[in-house]
Amino acid sequence: MTGVIDRVAPLRWTARGLKWLGLDGRGLVVAVPVLWLLVFFLIPFLVVAKISVSEAAIALPPYLPIFDWDGIVATITLNLGNYGYLFEDPLYLRAYMFSIRVAFVSACIAILVAYPMALFIARSPEPRRSVLLMLVILPFWTSFLLRVYAWQGFLRSNGVINNFLMWTGLIDQPLVMLQTDFAVYLGIVYTYLPFAILPLYANLVRLDGALLEASADLGARPWATFVHVTLPLSLSGVLAGFMLVFVPAIGEFVIPELLGGPDTLMIGRVLWSEFFSNRDWPVASAVAVAMLVVLVVPIMLLRTVQSRSEDG
Amino acid sequence: MMRRSPVLLTVCILGFVFLYAPMVSLVIFSFNESKLVTVWGGFSTKWYGELFRDPQILQSAWISFQVAFVSASLAVVLGTLAAYVLMRFGRFRSRALLTGMVTAPLVMPEVITGLSMLLLFVSLEQFVGWPKGRGMTTIIIAHVTFCMAYVAVVVQSRLSGMDQSLEEAAMDLGARPVRVFFDVTLPVISPALVAGWLLAFTLSLDDLVIASFVTGPGASTLPMVIFSKVRLGVSPDINALATIIICIVALGVAIATFQLRRKK
Repeated sequence: MTGVIDRVAPLRWTARGLKWLGLDGRGLVVAVPVLWLLVFFLIPFLVVAKISVSEAAIALPPYLPIFDWDGIVATITLNLGNYGYLFEDPLYLRAYMFSIRVAFVSACIAILVAYPMALFIARSPEPRRSVLLMLVILPFWTSFLLRVYAWQGFLRSNGVINNFLMWTGLIDQPLVMLQTDFAVYLGIVYTYLPFAILPLYANLVRLDGALLEASADLGARPWATFVHVTLPLSLSGVLAGFMLVFVPAIGEFVIPELLGGPDTLMIGRVLWSEFFSNRDWPVASAVAVAMLVVLVVPIMLLRTVQSRSEDG
Repeated sequence: MMRRSPVLLTVCILGFVFLYAPMVSLVIFSFNESKLVTVWGGFSTKWYGELFRDPQILQSAWISFQVAFVSASLAVVLGTLAAYVLMRFGRFRSRALLTGMVTAPLVMPEVITGLSMLLLFVSLEQFVGWPKGRGMTTIIIAHVTFCMAYVAVVVQSRLSGMDQSLEEAAMDLGARPVRVFFDVTLPVISPALVAGWLLAFTLSLDDLVIASFVTGPGASTLPMVIFSKVRLGVSPDINALATIIICIVALGVAIATFQLRRKK
């Protein structure tokens, strides 16, 4: 590799130039992923922040520049009206509160379902454990959109569930389930259940069996052992699983759009319609910034939990 | 080891039924004669025929496939670089920045990633003149960015589990770092690269929200076409498509399991 660089003059000069800039091979290897993420991940947020304080206009692109320079004086116009708008119109606040509530409740339900499943898998003997774990991961590999679509077929008034219940005679009128908030909760729990199971499993599988035996030897019933030993030791897994459901659920668009009713307002859906239907890019950007503010605390919490479990 | 309680077993079975019942019903009703996706009207494969005669589906599937292939390949290169740098380079100036930027896309809501990418592309076109318009290129850039984070996580866990003395031995024997990477590290972590590539490929193939933001005229991906069809109501040919996807995934998993068994 270095042999080629030494022999070909232009390559040698480039190498020397880069070395002079303080970029040796090592620096270049670092620079590639850092630059890519800087340009395509970090800078876009600054662009969003910039456009969230510009004014909407009927133009291409549909907003006015915030910097203006008439040859002598440079002016910066910051339009905070987009944020004011978010507070004035109760629609936005309602969408935020509803998103947080849906994400919170769904995450709690997901943990309640995921915990026994993770515990069962972690306590299974080896060949079965791998198979079960694979069954948890498998849905990830099939289309998320199609799995949400499948619930439409389950929940609609002439859907699988209603047909079954009518056939058994438990109900004589179809239940209205599609296009309700219930369907949104269900869809989110269904979609993100594997996200809750995996960190819980990773935590529970490392649990020292000797602790459980000691607890049993000291006369604790299984339930007492669970409450006093297993549960406290797995709290970081519970928190990680909770956050992995809560954070993506806040900004969810597809599930409320396909399973929820027209008035199921979640913040991801509001952003989408501001952008695609109203073509109001500045307000859409302001919604995005406000959503990020809501998410900062849970994301930080998640990172602390994860780095602590890596150390421990 | 503790006794397994029947309660755990029951919840676990119910949980798996919950996860798999919708997919099973998709497959069953894809062979349904009736247009109503939930009422059985006799066995038929006509929806598969209809699916393969739909030019919109075929065209978007081809676009999605190309996008996913290129995105996954680039994401593996960049993600592996990021993982290697973080695991093997010790301290360097932009370390904290890189750590943050690699993990953040994993938890970022898709609507935010999509919107921010689009606004970046629009601004870049305004000030730099590149990329001209939006289409497959912009979708690929966006997909590489969020997929490389997943690849980095997969490769990082493999690197941390790898026996570092192999690399040290090669270094002691006088191999240059580049040589060590290609001759020692890469072969050892190659299963993680394959897993990362497959993960990136499926993530890209599956993405609706980000692609919808950054796409341009003429570049509709498969999820976008599915979404517009599903939004309008029932369409049994989508069931047929879902069945094909489920079969491909099942086949892939079977092959992977078989390969692993043979290696052992």
